[in-house]
Amino acid sequence: MKEEAVLLEKNPEQKVEAREVVPCIMPDLRVQIGSLALRNPVMTASGTFGYAREFENLVDLDRLGGIIVKGISLHPKPGNPPPRIVETACGMLNAIGLENVGVDRFISGKMPYLRKLATPVVVNILGDSVEEYSEIARKLDGAKGVAALEVNISCPNVKKGGVAFGTVPEMAAKVTEAVRRSTTLPLIVKLSPNVTDIVLMARAVEDAGADAVSLINTLIGMAIDPITRRPRLANVIGGLSGPAIKPVALRMVWQVAQAVSLPVIGIGGITTANDALEFLLAGATAVQVGTANFYDPSAAENIVQGITDYLQEQGEDCLVDIIGTLKTGTD
Amino acid sequence: MSEFQQKCSILNRDRLAPDIFRLTLQAPKIAAKAQPGQFVMVRVIDGLDPLLRRPFSIHRSYADGSISLLFKVLGKGTAMLARRCVGDELDLVGPLGNGFDFSDERPVCLIGGGMGIAPLLFLAEQLHSSGRATEKDHVLLGARNKDELTPLADEFSALGYTVQLATDDGSIGRKGFIPDLLDFVLPIVEQVYTCGPHLMMENVVRQCQQAEVHCQVSLETHMACGIGACLGCTVNGKRGLVRVCQQGPVFNADHLEWSLV
Repeated sequence: MKEEAVLLEKNPEQKVEAREVVPCIMPDLRVQIGSLALRNPVMTASGTFGYAREFENLVDLDRLGGIIVKGISLHPKPGNPPPRIVETACGMLNAIGLENVGVDRFISGKMPYLRKLATPVVVNILGDSVEEYSEIARKLDGAKGVAALEVNISCPNVKKGGVAFGTVPEMAAKVTEAVRRSTTLPLIVKLSPNVTDIVLMARAVEDAGADAVSLINTLIGMAIDPITRRPRLANVIGGLSGPAIKPVALRMVWQVAQAVSLPVIGIGGITTANDALEFLLAGATAVQVGTANFYDPSAAENIVQGITDYLQEQGEDCLVDIIGTLKTGTD
Repeated sequence: MSEFQQKCSILNRDRLAPDIFRLTLQAPKIAAKAQPGQFVMVRVIDGLDPLLRRPFSIHRSYADGSISLLFKVLGKGTAMLARRCVGDELDLVGPLGNGFDFSDERPVCLIGGGMGIAPLLFLAEQLHSSGRATEKDHVLLGARNKDELTPLADEFSALGYTVQLATDDGSIGRKGFIPDLLDFVLPIVEQVYTCGPHLMMENVVRQCQQAEVHCQVSLETHMACGIGACLGCTVNGKRGLVRVCQQGPVFNADHLEWSLV
């Protein structure tokens, strides 16, 4: 082995030969979310990746595990007035207010591009009523190229819908059941951290027919300008995201992963492969990269590579073997 | 639009005034595509605080594959950027946005206030290098004091423009605001390009509308991504919200709702 290492260093031509002698097995990064098969566990979070095309020059979209597009409502939404974003320490607050093109224009205008991608496209959906959620789900059920739905019951930036559905277990169950009846697509329910006990919410949507849960959405926060004595967001309050929320997200993912038998998708401040690995060890089957897409468009791709490197270094052949292997206590 | 993410090393760091800096960066891909009015998103450090990139308009673009950025230290991000040294690498995404439309009307007037002067030098150079005579074109620059206007004013003059200055303290040029100078220029120009503080641009736009002179404005807002994904940089247009990063940063002034921007 020592001799081989020397050869590798000194003579690049030998490198190929040496590799043939000792083949390097690429670890298997595939994971399964219900019936949704992903080639790797790294997805992009809703609201941070537009309709994917925005990133086409900067990211190899086909290297991602999944793409979750901007939240789609039944009718187009104009969103909240500006200013809509504020930077905070290691994070950002947003009050975009779910601006989107509406489900019909999404299907006719955005899906033709998305369905050309090799990466599964998950559509995040939101409604002001249980009926609206059902109707959007029905429309997307028939749209070619949609791999799964992520039900957003957790946006803090809208007055109707979002928060109420995401903070009352009975309401969350009702929305989940209604969407379940409207589609055969894999169903992920995205949970809010702005609750007393997120485990209760996870159990409620599990019982109601969800195939997976994703968590967390943003934490409600605010920022004030002392000079003008005004809030920095026109909406006064907004959703906090970015590395600042990672410890909270990780704790919630760990608690939920222990309490439910559904796959859990971890979200919250994931910027590096190490961040993603923390979530996977805590029990997440997959992760979503959110705010990092804004400040480092290559973050998700780098995380895929970093996880691959980690598995090789650890001598692991399959990613699924490390999921939930967090050691606690004296074990 | 074709943008790139690339590590760019700092070739030059000039301190033009106590808190105004000009960085020249080796950015061949960006320089090759850059148009006046476009911008780049810069990570001022590799760490997480500050987290977001900062948008900077492209101040100059050179044939050797470098670009320069002009900025004033205003907060944490710009203070950190000002401390970066020659040889350091910065992560840039760009060129982004639409840029100025400078195909037709002339003579033109370029009106810059403060750091809003930055993209106008690139525009001035482009207009100049396209072979058109610049003697009839005007440049109005405003800033707090003399320090903030030199050597920028000289660089516009060197291209053949008629340059007029205004400063808050009267240390160079006229004491007062840019719009005071505009009364003399508007009757003789066809097209105005402006970039600067909101209040200055609002006044410029109002005067242009009264004089029926076309006006293009370059806006600055907070942005998270710069590529149209975060929807954080929207402002009020006449037909609803518009994204500064993608539909701008340059707009036809008549398409914006100035009272609400």
